Amino acid sequence: MTAPVPPDPTMTSAAARAEPTLAGQDFSVDTESLTGSDVIRNYLQRFQRGGDLGLFPALLALSLLTVLFGVLRPESFLSKFNFGNYFTQAAPICVLAMGVTFVLLLGEIDLGAGYSAGVCAAILASRLKADVPLPVALLMAFAAALVMGALVGFMVAKIGVPSFIVTLSTFLSWQGILLLITRDGGTIKIENKAIVAIENKNLSVGVGWTMFVVFAAGYIGFSLLRVLSRRRQNVATTPLSIVALKSAVLVIVGGIAVHQLSAKRGNNLRGVPIVVPLVIGLMIILSFVLGRTAWGRHLYAVGGNTEAARRAGINVARMKMSAFIVGSLMSCIAGIVLASRLNSVDPQTGGNDTLLIAIGAAVIGGTSLFGGRGRIVNAVLGGLVFALINNGLPLLKKIHGIDFSAAGPKFIVNGLILLLFASIDATSRRRAAAN
Amino acid sequence: MNQIKIHEASEVSRTNMSEPVIDNPGTRTPLLELRGVNKTFGAVQVLHGVDLTVYPGEVVALVGDNGAGKTTLVKSITGIYTADSGEFFFNGAPSHIKSPKDASDLGIEVVYQDLALCDNLDVVGNMFLGREKLRNGLLDEVAMERLARETLAGLNVRTVKTVRQQVSGLSGGQRQTVAIAKAVLWNSKLVILDEPTAALGVAQTSQVLRLVRELADQGLGVVLISHNMNDVLEVADRVACLYLGRMAAIVDAKTSSREQIVELITSGRSAGIGLAHAEHVQI
Ligand SMILES: Nc1ncnc2c1ncn2[C@@H]1O[C@H](COP(=O)(O)OP(=O)(O)OP(=O)(O)O)[C@@H](O)[C@H]1O
Ligand SMILES: [Mg+2]
Repeated sequence: MTAPVPPDPTMTSAAARAEPTLAGQDFSVDTESLTGSDVIRNYLQRFQRGGDLGLFPALLALSLLTVLFGVLRPESFLSKFNFGNYFTQAAPICVLAMGVTFVLLLGEIDLGAGYSAGVCAAILASRLKADVPLPVALLMAFAAALVMGALVGFMVAKIGVPSFIVTLSTFLSWQGILLLITRDGGTIKIENKAIVAIENKNLSVGVGWTMFVVFAAGYIGFSLLRVLSRRRQNVATTPLSIVALKSAVLVIVGGIAVHQLSAKRGNNLRGVPIVVPLVIGLMIILSFVLGRTAWGRHLYAVGGNTEAARRAGINVARMKMSAFIVGSLMSCIAGIVLASRLNSVDPQTGGNDTLLIAIGAAVIGGTSLFGGRGRIVNAVLGGLVFALINNGLPLLKKIHGIDFSAAGPKFIVNGLILLLFASIDATSRRRAAAN
Repeated sequence: MNQIKIHEASEVSRTNMSEPVIDNPGTRTPLLELRGVNKTFGAVQVLHGVDLTVYPGEVVALVGDNGAGKTTLVKSITGIYTADSGEFFFNGAPSHIKSPKDASDLGIEVVYQDLALCDNLDVVGNMFLGREKLRNGLLDEVAMERLARETLAGLNVRTVKTVRQQVSGLSGGQRQTVAIAKAVLWNSKLVILDEPTAALGVAQTSQVLRLVRELADQGLGVVLISHNMNDVLEVADRVACLYLGRMAAIVDAKTSSREQIVELITSGRSAGIGLAHAEHVQI
């Protein structure tokens, strides 16, 4: 009779027991190519585990709102004129929201971003009025943006004042500067044709379609190249079926949009608004910077875990400075678009609800206020949602005695929408955490 | 190709575990050698003439009660603190480590107890954080992904299934694994781990200890701070016992008992080894 072997307490046996099932297939997930259903399953899993809804809520909102307004006000909302108008309304929100995203990714906030847009616009307008050549005037506006961004970044990163306080103060100061430049409430008209054209002129039909083909071919080409190169190097990659699906959706939606915009929608009015390729171009460049450069990776790292980033040798202060500067430069572009839209700059440019809508846009697109999570497309989609609301509401006019074209109901609806999205996000995250 | 390598490596690690790893430390150049390290904070002297040697291929456990000075010693090695006096030799050459960067330039990596991982990045992103591989100025994802995978596979890591997984979704043991793998990715020679298993369950602790052993078997020097005697006796080759800032004794793990080490930790001496008149040591 042999004594029963006592359970061996050492780790070797514990580890050995756990091993065989996995041995030989290590990281197979990383080398085997995925199928379309894998990708969909991964998305659902990420949604369940991480509570990360991605672009889904924003896309759903866009579709639902379109149906809602389309059913209630088919003549005005679905008109070709309104469709063109929609893009020019959305552009400044989208641009500002993209800029704010950089700051939000760090878990910081910039409450002054709206008025810094106003200040840049006012500098541009006043210089143009003083007959300064356009390139010089633009340079001055961007230089001002650089200084404003660097100042906020310095206060936050080097002095250590919370960004909420710093930008609460700049929110007031930039507004003051805007008042000074516009001479206490004056309006500076913009006569410069190029600036006015951004929001008020359209690409010719031919150029519009050419742009469409260039963007579509570029997207499909780059996606394919990426997939093929990763395949060749034996690393897991998005399956071609998903690339094909995304490309098809993009081509169909984009094609319908360009087609609609190419039709006559008023007196001598047709074509894709000039601002549309500008916004798409910015979106591509900034997405690229965030997703494919070390700087972008470091921005996410600082937002995710500042201490870990610091220990990894990342200069946290410099990342903060640069994020505020990039945000400020984007504000400048948003300011120029705003100025172009109104043909003028006044003390309200970049004021009112401009900033809060931009931050709201980034947030309903899925960017976290706690930092570390968010993408540029989120900001653009969020901007499109807010623009759709503010485009559709005034067209509703009076329903049951409530005048939806007035500012009161508009603000209330915007506030409620933001709250709704934030709750959806919080709920999905809590559910994920509980799992 | 990869899979064959993995099997070979795991064979090696298993045989090594049952045999003594250090044959004769005296004849080789220590990887790290400290002589007479003193460190004071204001009026309080925390380290008193501490000596320590670490050879390549061995795990030295650094034990001692709370406040004995383990973390302070490690921080003096890695340049976060500068010692008041004492000699440092790395690979036999006198060295002056003044900043964490000096330490990492020499090949010393630290795995902090609080891990220092970014939850919102994936395994690859974390392993290469701050030292991303670039191609034409852009992130070279493919190269980083492969290198991350090879490093993990080379360490016989089987618990992390994909290197594209976000760290937020990993268990405590998997996170510790990533943190350790991150430390060895950079041709490091000495890896210091401050209580790597403190928050882990049984199975995950054994995973991490296996990894610690693997590092030493691949020729790295490892310093492991731990309060857990099971861990220490299981994985360490030698045990360095700090008592009130003094190195009470450095004993061979194979020939020492648990009671002996506990005694060294609590009173600074045990059956003829350790500090003389430990009870009268002043801080
Ligand atoms: N920055 C500091 N300033 C002053 N005293 C310090 C400082 N850091 C550590 N000490 C003191 O030095 C002593 C040793 O601390 P240390 O953190 O090195 O201990 P430890 O061995 O790591 O303990 P534990 O097991 O609790 O982690 C303690 O008495 C502590 O109070
Ligand atoms: Mg400690």
